[in-house]
Amino acid sequence: MWLWFSKLGSPKWFYELSGKWLPWLVAFMVVTMTIGLIWALLFVPEDYQQSFTNRIFYVHVPVASISLAVFPLMAVAGAITLVWKMKLADMVAKCAAPIGVWFTGVALATGAIWGEPMWGTWWVWDARLTSMLLQFFLLIGVVALRSAIESPDAAARACALLSIVGAINVPIIKYSVEWWNTLHQPPTPLSMDAESANGPEIWVPLLIMIAAVYCFFVISLILSTRNEILQRERRSQWVMDIVAAERV
Amino acid sequence: MKPHRRKKLTIILFIAAGLSVAVGLSLYALSSSIDLFFTPTQIAAGEATDGQRIRIGGMVKEGSVVRSEDSLDVEFIATDYTHDLVVRYDGILPDLFREGQGVVVEGAVTNGTFIASRVLAKHDENYMSVEVKAAMDAAEAARALPAGAANGS
Repeated sequence: MWLWFSKLGSPKWFYELSGKWLPWLVAFMVVTMTIGLIWALLFVPEDYQQSFTNRIFYVHVPVASISLAVFPLMAVAGAITLVWKMKLADMVAKCAAPIGVWFTGVALATGAIWGEPMWGTWWVWDARLTSMLLQFFLLIGVVALRSAIESPDAAARACALLSIVGAINVPIIKYSVEWWNTLHQPPTPLSMDAESANGPEIWVPLLIMIAAVYCFFVISLILSTRNEILQRERRSQWVMDIVAAERV
Repeated sequence: MKPHRRKKLTIILFIAAGLSVAVGLSLYALSSSIDLFFTPTQIAAGEATDGQRIRIGGMVKEGSVVRSEDSLDVEFIATDYTHDLVVRYDGILPDLFREGQGVVVEGAVTNGTFIASRVLAKHDENYMSVEVKAAMDAAEAARALPAGAANGS
């Protein structure tokens, strides 16, 4: 177990393994994204209340749910950085933050676009929207903190600590709609019954979209982390070998 | 695990746990101000003072919407099924506004009536197609019918 752990921490090992996975992940994403988007945006039946407006659900929900995974990921990576000083963990944490900013931003934007025709307002300061906005600013804060501290080691430690603290916000976002009364609706219960609300015709395309968007997130993170690895390990022999091979 | 790492991990877990408890307690203390709206029951209990700008939330009571014929004035009852609150509003309602639907209304209580300055529609977490809704309504009507017939005879 510990052997596997330290092996996983090696940037070279990650670089090689992720290189093998990438084509499969991209293929899987292209297939699920194509099926999911066409199904969700063209073939989901008209909603009895929201007509076709609720199709934005199939973009908003996957993006928002994945944006909630970013802080826990950064917190775990941060704890590994602080305790075991694993270089790879810090690289992943560093690359996850800006991607998280984008995901949170898109979740807020699609929510506002959905809210305007349905609720009658772009924005309301309820617990769900406010805690999500807080996550957006916290992530921007992590990115800013990273670039504000010159020493990479000190920046890694500071960001790790901020990520662990910021992760406390995630359960608040998740349960905000249950702990307090909000304008945002609670999570949709899935139903197996085709003849009831939230049946398979509603959630099957949603699951496909969640898989596709998750894949997109992982691919972005891997690509960005590979870049970071090459950057930080540029003086090591195996990176020089890759560069030399590219030049030929 | 080496002792100094175990120590560090313990410190991190301790900080995280301590902060979670602190945040949890402050949120618990603040919970009434984090709530977006008052319920009609809270209004009936006198939790909001007259004239104070607040939001209330509830369901639009079935059959309670009265629209003015020559203006945008509308009057309806917001209910949480324990208490009712009469809401008066002069403005454009959101598309989703209808009887039996949730609303969040901004305004102030004046002499027991809620004078609204903005009405927001709250949609629930249920999605279904027009066909499924029609089928469910038909099934419900079919269930209701034999009972009604039995009462009639």
